[in-house]
Amino acid sequence: MAELSLPENSKISKGQHYPAPESAARIKTVKVYRWDPDTGENPRVDSFDIDLDNCGPMVLDAIIKIKNEIDQSLTFRRSCREGICGSCAMNINGTNTLACTSAIRDISGDIKIYPLPHLSVVKDLVPDMAHFYAQYASIKPWLRTQSPTPADKERLQSVAARKHLDGLYECILCACCSTSCPSYWWNGDRYLGPAVLLQAYRWIIDSRDEDAGTRLDELEDPFKLYRCHTIMNCTNTCPKHLNPAKAIAEIKKLLLTRRGV
Amino acid sequence: MKMRHPLAHARGLGSAKSGTSHWWGQRVTALLLIPLVIWMLYVIIVYAGQPFQVIQTFFGHTINSILAILLILSMLRHAQLGMQVVIEDYVHSQPLETILQLLVKLFAFAGAVTGVLAVIRLALQ
Repeated sequence: MAELSLPENSKISKGQHYPAPESAARIKTVKVYRWDPDTGENPRVDSFDIDLDNCGPMVLDAIIKIKNEIDQSLTFRRSCREGICGSCAMNINGTNTLACTSAIRDISGDIKIYPLPHLSVVKDLVPDMAHFYAQYASIKPWLRTQSPTPADKERLQSVAARKHLDGLYECILCACCSTSCPSYWWNGDRYLGPAVLLQAYRWIIDSRDEDAGTRLDELEDPFKLYRCHTIMNCTNTCPKHLNPAKAIAEIKKLLLTRRGV
Repeated sequence: MKMRHPLAHARGLGSAKSGTSHWWGQRVTALLLIPLVIWMLYVIIVYAGQPFQVIQTFFGHTINSILAILLILSMLRHAQLGMQVVIEDYVHSQPLETILQLLVKLFAFAGAVTGVLAVIRLALQ
């Protein structure tokens, strides 16, 4: 059966508290999930009181400040700090989002930070993305053609056909949507999840691609595609404001179109 | 030690190349059930407590027995398709899942046979 309660070794205990310096006027408490595979201890939640007058505006700035000034062992991924790399995807106050584009001032009360839900944790805020990336690789996300490559120019696409990729090409594969989906939690080993299905649709409707039939064949499966029950968490949580649920619905419509009602 | 590449696990047993009929069937039966359930609620409200003879005459009309059979078949088909998804979602033990899926299918099929037979007997008596 699906596990609804946390296993013993995942139960979270109260961690350490790091007070802000005496001089701090505006204080924000940041509670961060911590787990170190080397200690064998259960995960804990540490709370750090941050001096907002001495910190950047985004949640990522607060985390970097903690690592720089308070606890160097805090582990997380980050790179571009402008919402285009997807590295700093994490669960902030119950919503999967990018720490670098979440403003601290938009959060009332304490900031609670956990890793993306329902992935194995490598350490602290770093989840194991290997299966997610492998699922992405499994849809062969590149232009697949039968016709010979034009000798002297690239494969052309009309402006109108290019427009079909808007709302899809912006996906940065941060996995916020997939890890917010209950269906992906229960059956993520076989269900491809919203991010990978949005990417699959991106290639199916690309006017230059010639392998839509095979792509649809590979998706037509009770688990790979049809575990989507239109829960819509994916669309709600997407930090790029894309609509994976609609992309999945379009795939289902194409599958119906080719076989008839 | 995980020696298998994640891609091998992700590709798994490949695609079953099915699922569209199941998904579409669930939607079609759902749409069909909207008017049929409203009709049945109307029948229950109007005919509840009436003597058997009146009910029998009502279902003796061809259109009423056809609607009743349509309701029974689409409702049980819809229930079976829905239960199948719920079991696939939450029951991850292979033997238990197989048993439950077969039981739900048997229940739906037996229910359909029983219901249709009941309507026919009522209509033709």
